[in-house]
Amino acid sequence: MKRMSWFNTVSLTLGFAFLYVPMLILVIYSFNASKLVTVWAGFSTKWYGELLQNEAFLNAAWVTIKVAVISSTIATVLGTMAAYVLVRGGRFMGRTLFSGMIYAPLVMPEVITGLSLLLLFIGLGLDRGVMTIVLAHTTFSMCYVSVVVSSRLVTFDRSLEEAALDLGCSPSEAFRLVTLPIIAPAVISGWLLAFTLSLDDLVIASFTSGPAATTLPIKIYSAVRLGVSPEINALSTLMIAVVTIGVITASLVNKRQMVRQKRDERAAERSA
Amino acid sequence: MMRRFTLIAVPYLWLLALFLVPFVIVLKISLSDVELARPPYAPHFDWATGIWAFLSELDFENFTWLAEDDLYWKAYLSSLKIAVVSTFFTLLVGYPMAYAMARAPQEWRATLMMLVILPFWTSFLIRVYAWMGILSNEGFLNQFLMWTGVISEPLTILNTNAAVYIGIVYTYLPFMILPIYAALERLDESLIEAAEDLGCSRLSAFWLVTIPLSKTGIIAGCFLVFIPVLGEFVIPSLLGGSDTLMIGKVLWEEFFSNRDWPVASAVAVVLLLLLIIPIVLFQRNQQKQQEAEQ
Repeated sequence: MKRMSWFNTVSLTLGFAFLYVPMLILVIYSFNASKLVTVWAGFSTKWYGELLQNEAFLNAAWVTIKVAVISSTIATVLGTMAAYVLVRGGRFMGRTLFSGMIYAPLVMPEVITGLSLLLLFIGLGLDRGVMTIVLAHTTFSMCYVSVVVSSRLVTFDRSLEEAALDLGCSPSEAFRLVTLPIIAPAVISGWLLAFTLSLDDLVIASFTSGPAATTLPIKIYSAVRLGVSPEINALSTLMIAVVTIGVITASLVNKRQMVRQKRDERAAERSA
Repeated sequence: MMRRFTLIAVPYLWLLALFLVPFVIVLKISLSDVELARPPYAPHFDWATGIWAFLSELDFENFTWLAEDDLYWKAYLSSLKIAVVSTFFTLLVGYPMAYAMARAPQEWRATLMMLVILPFWTSFLIRVYAWMGILSNEGFLNQFLMWTGVISEPLTILNTNAAVYIGIVYTYLPFMILPIYAALERLDESLIEAAEDLGCSRLSAFWLVTIPLSKTGIIAGCFLVFIPVLGEFVIPSLLGGSDTLMIGKVLWEEFFSNRDWPVASAVAVVLLLLLIIPIVLFQRNQQKQQEAEQ
């Protein structure tokens, strides 16, 4: 085994320190007893207690989760359909426009997407609230889902689907029994991506939400503009914890699945 | 046949209605006049009077307004400057990290990769917010520097452009690292050994072999940072000062504070035009990469 050079070790250490120290400070100071966020005054969990009693935050959190679950689910369905059409759909009228509309939202500045959707909703006379945020989030996250899913569809062996059709499956059975199980990991990571994008979004939600529906990022943003507060530190810590646990679990599950798949493949080779 | 039609039509219509049509509306409102009403604009285009009436009355009033007012010029230029400079710094920080990751022992790589991706899944807003406590006058950075005796007076960093640069490098670093890492990982190390055997110093082997072979990764990373930073709103608004001009912030204020929808729409249209060039270049780079892989 090769040892890493000192230069590489130093750049990795400094780089990861740069990425993680700010979040570490945030987490540590969420347990600070003092109201002054930069002076340590002993360990306390009181900000978590206050957070749980802050109804405005709890309401916003509920709205955010609702929006994220609904929009990411619709986005996963639409995005998977779009990916399937792009990879397997062959030629159809307006295909270039279609793929353009899939890729454009990925690079579109959020302020433009938000502004344009708001102007549409006002033009249609829609009341701004949970529904308009869901529509907005679905639109941009379906594009991410479709990119993730189509990268999986491109790499998998089409003859498997053809074999299923030859063996008497209807096209929908072939999709359900062959294609879907194979692309499932990509569909799930697409859903997760859409979910976190929706949880995270401030700009588009600010444009498309009304006074009736405030999401957590909007709430955090308006609190943070006034300065650093220990309550926000506590809230951030909770959110960081949820994401960290989620990502680590997902990667462990993924790893196990890959190990199992390898084992199955080897078994199949041996029996062949 | 019917099934295929539905499969295509549903996502297609969704994107038409919620992506393309809104842009047409933005374009239309950017050509309208401001009015003190709800909604606060008077359209020039009206289906009843038809396209000729629209064309004969068409003025690019809001765009002339943008061109004549210093504020907008300065905002576009300063966004461009901030995006270019911060992309450069992100590359400077990201390249050594990606390089070290690609040279790390095989069994560490998956973990290192996850450590780079993890912050990306964490809320953007929270990551920007974390720096507010670090960079403020009585923040951790100043406390630390004063404790070590490097400075005796706290530095003003928060609410300056320096804070904006730090925030951008921090939040966009994964976008730079991942494509470069992908390019470097594929790199055949025997090429570097060959260069060294043929008399290259390590530095010139790096410069003549490693850098050119990771070029597509560098270009992809730079665009992935540059394009979103150009329209960035959260970072300048939380870390920047009142003199930090970025076009995303201007658009936001034009819309929410001044309630000038036509000008906000015109600002958006111009920003989009500015973005077309880097987006096209990025696409071309990606295509080249795909062709090279095949």
